[in-house]
Amino acid sequence: MFSIVRSLWITFLHMFHKRETVQYPEQKNKLTTRWRGRIVLTRDPDMGERCVGCYLCAAACPVDCISLQATEDESGRRYPEFFRINFSRCIFCGFCEEACPTYAIQLIPDFEMSEYNRQNLVYEKNELLIDGPGKHPGYNFYNIAGVAISGKGKGENDNEMPPIDTKSLLP
Amino acid sequence: MDDAIIHRLWIIAGVLAGLLIVAPGLIWLERRMLALWQDRYGPNRAGPFGLLIVLADTLKLFFKEDWIPPFADKFVFVIAPTIVVVTVLLSFIVVPFAPGVMVSDLNIGILYFLAMSSLGAYSIILGGWASNNKYSLLGAMRGAAQMISYEVFMGLSMMGVVLLSGSFSLNTIVEAQKDMWFIIPQFAGFVIFLIAGIAETHRLPFDIPESESELIAGFHSEYSSMKFGLFFVGEYLGIILISSLTVSLYFGGWLGPDFLPPLLWFCLKTFAFICFFILLRASLPRPRYDQLMEYGWKIMLPIALLNLVVTAGVILMYK
Repeated sequence: MFSIVRSLWITFLHMFHKRETVQYPEQKNKLTTRWRGRIVLTRDPDMGERCVGCYLCAAACPVDCISLQATEDESGRRYPEFFRINFSRCIFCGFCEEACPTYAIQLIPDFEMSEYNRQNLVYEKNELLIDGPGKHPGYNFYNIAGVAISGKGKGENDNEMPPIDTKSLLP
Repeated sequence: MDDAIIHRLWIIAGVLAGLLIVAPGLIWLERRMLALWQDRYGPNRAGPFGLLIVLADTLKLFFKEDWIPPFADKFVFVIAPTIVVVTVLLSFIVVPFAPGVMVSDLNIGILYFLAMSSLGAYSIILGGWASNNKYSLLGAMRGAAQMISYEVFMGLSMMGVVLLSGSFSLNTIVEAQKDMWFIIPQFAGFVIFLIAGIAETHRLPFDIPESESELIAGFHSEYSSMKFGLFFVGEYLGIILISSLTVSLYFGGWLGPDFLPPLLWFCLKTFAFICFFILLRASLPRPRYDQLMEYGWKIMLPIALLNLVVTAGVILMYK
């Protein structure tokens, strides 16, 4: 009997506690930077597209919501001809981000992407690309990789030695 | 028609309209209060303080598919939800809202109320039976057993008040509390009446006929649309009824200091009890069915009898 009265009293006191609710559209929760939300394609610091069209994200995607077609520009850089993410399928698992060798595909803390029309959830490349490096500032894939593109031959990167002549016996 | 009848008709219309407006409003009140006690806000979007949720809820109930299961006993199925509303509304005949504001000052007011609440049990039994569904029947059986057994000592607990005031009429009972509210000499009776009242309206923690977590929704699991809505309204009307009766029997009804009109005093006290009902829902878990019956017959009944005997003895002694 006492415990009943006590629990009544404790519940009554909750009247004066702080509300737990976040009034969503007006108030917003703070999302952490590693929050997995909308997917974006980032760019190098010199504004070149990071994506090299390796298909690893599409392969890693458990729901097959990514489709792309790789192609090459005149300087020898690979880039996706089209890059399409179907957000009505996407489960925001972040596997694509983990698979990406060039930090191109990234998940950002934004989830407000509701649409009235399902087709509007299919994002094309121009909707995915952002004008910045995202979570990895200063990273430039072609400045690190040993791939030759026009304007930069093999071994011309910083911290890179010229390629070894495998035909020669000299050290 | 003479003026008395017209006056009476106005009171009937007022009480009916008031109750039918307040009962859906209680849905809002309950959700807001529950939220308050659970550190939430509750419905607060539609209209000021979310009050329009009442309108939305009612509209939703009206536009839902009114489905009668093919295996149900159609006539009984349809008639069951109306019984609870009708009996509870009829019970309000004897409730004195203010001096002169009551539908009829029956000299057997309390007996009439008990009779009506017993009839209300039919609603649950018939609803559960007509649904032709195991869970509904289980709920109905529990409901019947609970309501009948708790009625026994509900009646007994009220007898103390009857002894003190010497009348079955609620109006006389309220007037007899001019000097002292009956809560003081009849505290045990009050506690028993309140517990029995909660069981009678099968509100939490005694919502064993419904118990959504074990019986889906008990006797009204097959009901939809406005038929379900009637059960709902009946339940809320029951809360108002028990609250107003508690106020009339033990808390001096419309009696109160002069700075507020009697009707307002009555409404305020009733409102406090309605909030208490919601607080009960917010804080207490549901007992098991056998615990409920054991509690009723082994604890409440002896206490009610003892209370009655002691009250009678004391009254005899001082007469």
